[in-house]
Amino acid sequence: MKSKIFIFLALVFVMLINACGGESNKKEKKGKFAPTAKVKPMTFEEAQADWKNQKGLGPIDKVVLGELNTELAKKGEDIYILKCTACHAPDKEKLGPAPVGVLDRRTPEWILNMILNPEEMALKDPIGRGLLMKYNTVMANQGLTKDDARAVLEYFRTL
Amino acid sequence: MRSTTIIFTSLIIALLFVYSGCGSGNGNGSGGALSNASAAEKVYVAPGEYDKYYEFFSGGFSGQVTVHGLPSGRLLKTIPVFSLDGEKGYGFNEETKPMLMTTFGFVPWDDSHHPKLSQTDGVHDGNFLFINGNNTPRIARIDLSTFETTEILQIPNSAGCHASPYPTQNTEYLVAGTRFSVPIPQKDISIDRFKEDFKGTFTFISGGQEPGTMDIAFQILAPGYDYDLAHCGKGVSHGWTFFTSYNVEQANTLKEKNASQYDKDYIAAVNWKKAEEYIAQGKFHEWPSEYYHNYYSDKTHSATATKKKGVKVLIPSECPGLIYYLPTPKSPHGVDVSPTGEYIVGSGKLSADLTVHSFAKMLAAIEAEKYDDVIDGIPVLKFDAILAGTVSSGGLGPLHTEFDGRGNGYTSFFISSEVVKWSLETYEVVDRLPAYYSIGHLSIPGGGSMEPWENGKYLIAMNKITKDRYLPTGPELAHSAQLYDISGDKMELLLDFPTMGEPHYAQGILASKIIDRQVKFFPLEENEHPHRALTEAETKVIREGNEVHIYGTMIRSHFAPDNIEGIKVGDKVFWHITNLEQDWDVPHGLAVMGANNAELLIMPGQTETLLWEPKTEGVYPFYCTDFCSALHQEMQGYIRVSAKNSKTKMKWRLDEEVFGE
Repeated sequence: MKSKIFIFLALVFVMLINACGGESNKKEKKGKFAPTAKVKPMTFEEAQADWKNQKGLGPIDKVVLGELNTELAKKGEDIYILKCTACHAPDKEKLGPAPVGVLDRRTPEWILNMILNPEEMALKDPIGRGLLMKYNTVMANQGLTKDDARAVLEYFRTL
Repeated sequence: MRSTTIIFTSLIIALLFVYSGCGSGNGNGSGGALSNASAAEKVYVAPGEYDKYYEFFSGGFSGQVTVHGLPSGRLLKTIPVFSLDGEKGYGFNEETKPMLMTTFGFVPWDDSHHPKLSQTDGVHDGNFLFINGNNTPRIARIDLSTFETTEILQIPNSAGCHASPYPTQNTEYLVAGTRFSVPIPQKDISIDRFKEDFKGTFTFISGGQEPGTMDIAFQILAPGYDYDLAHCGKGVSHGWTFFTSYNVEQANTLKEKNASQYDKDYIAAVNWKKAEEYIAQGKFHEWPSEYYHNYYSDKTHSATATKKKGVKVLIPSECPGLIYYLPTPKSPHGVDVSPTGEYIVGSGKLSADLTVHSFAKMLAAIEAEKYDDVIDGIPVLKFDAILAGTVSSGGLGPLHTEFDGRGNGYTSFFISSEVVKWSLETYEVVDRLPAYYSIGHLSIPGGGSMEPWENGKYLIAMNKITKDRYLPTGPELAHSAQLYDISGDKMELLLDFPTMGEPHYAQGILASKIIDRQVKFFPLEENEHPHRALTEAETKVIREGNEVHIYGTMIRSHFAPDNIEGIKVGDKVFWHITNLEQDWDVPHGLAVMGANNAELLIMPGQTETLLWEPKTEGVYPFYCTDFCSALHQEMQGYIRVSAKNSKTKMKWRLDEEVFGE
């Protein structure tokens, strides 16, 4: 008999503890930099070797590159000049790497995610992290929209 | 078995403990540790969580506005308004200097008093905050999308801009009454001519809902009393504005005694819709008064100061029905209008009682011409004909009243240092709680509008005296604000928190009304600053006589250019620096050794200008002040200063990019 009461009380106790604790648990909302995806641990070198499979972390899952759209590329060049040239020259290293030939070493998805989500890329993407180590700085998020970033990518194709 | 008993017993104890802990959300305000824990819970905002309300406090004699979160009381921001602010470079950089221009020249300080939110249909809409400068009469607009001061209008023909800004129901007008009567227009006469030649004015300011268009719509010349506070009618009384006065004795010396002789002073009820009719009919006098209108644009990131001339003035004796006086006992201070607009509460600051006038009775008394007297064309209505009721408070020194949405008024009592809650139906006191110490204004978020938020959840007392409430900090102590929960039958004191300057008055609004309109950075594409450099390719250094203009940029973490030569002693060097960042919360600062003003603190996408006048030859460093990245310490440069007659060529450089003459 006593043990039944004991179990009952223990249950009530656990329920009350949960009820009390529930509110504070709820408040633990996901922060801006909380993990959003599991990434297979990989070295910079391994990830670079595997670059064709590296899509990066961020809002872009898939990009289809059709025929070169010169109008879009021109728009992308204007955005690039305004938002990016303080740190990136088109064809030589400045504070960060030059975008010339970037499609021979990165996927379009990776490039767009790097532009749109540089903070998380620097911390969690194996290539992004390697670039942080190499260039000593997290790339600035320049507030490009997805369309802006896509236009900049089109410009990169012309380099 | 024995251990089972111990576990069993401890479980019961633990159960009781947990249970009482869970129930602690309904504190009753009585003393003791449990009550303190309950109060703490009500103001606790967990790390990373937001407060529910913004509360905008006047910085009083700091001239600024501070923004706190409620219920935590946390300080979120100081907004520079009427006073210089070295932290943000406000009033020091070339872009904001024009904001502080007046007909008295550059006035770098004021005494800010009443922050008032813009209204639409009698409800706070979250568009703008307005605040008055008492000393050199001005009204400022703060844009609540940027939390920056964007407009300041000087009020001519005024002294002591205290009864201000108090917007009308749709912010058709902001108002300004004169606390000090003066010769209007100003002239050199004996102070002994006070009774004959000193006047007050009521000013109505248009353009409240349209940035950049604030202007003096009209002014009304009034008898030479001290007009202290105001509130505009709403609902049934929309179209009227009420101003309190004291010193109807018209004393001009030892006012402490001589302005407190008569039993009653007047609340001036101004029919501004009538005033509009008189203006339309051309019954105004055109006076050549001068005043400044200063406007800051978030496109040019610059302010312009414009001197204006000419105001329309109405004289009550020529405009019947424009103003009526409501006699109110004992030097009334605050005049507050109930949410429906029907009750006009006058707080006689030397009295124990509150006087509640009825707007409906006021209209009836006007209709029936129940006058006691007529002063300069202004009828004095019979006190008994307009009185709705008297609140016999039992306190002393009532000052200000705000309202909940449940039919109660809450009045601050300075002398007896308490908040008194009373019923608008019965005029009976229903609750009272002490304030520590000497409460001035009080604020219920939305409590001055037609719809108090959440029907009145919190009340903030703003206290004039601090004494022993905090750790002592020498002779000067931070003024104390106190937060009360007024949602229940009994008020409960939850929290003390320090404020800046004198938190003269404050207004609060649900954060959800403002949060979505926040600007996070200024798009570079929209930057119209005349000295912007939107890319490093546009950076340059230009000499024009003894003026040197540096068109520079900044981004994490370097300046372009960062080596500059060819400056000479005696030059005026203008650093026009554009922050190229396009991300939230990445300002950069600029500090230059020996600068006689302040730093620049430049928001993403913004351009600001620092004037630097080097006095001696040498090479001086400059650097970013706002920690911006892991390489923030590296964000620095050098500028070389040569002798006045030297031949040093103008040269500027970033890394391998070298330019010059």
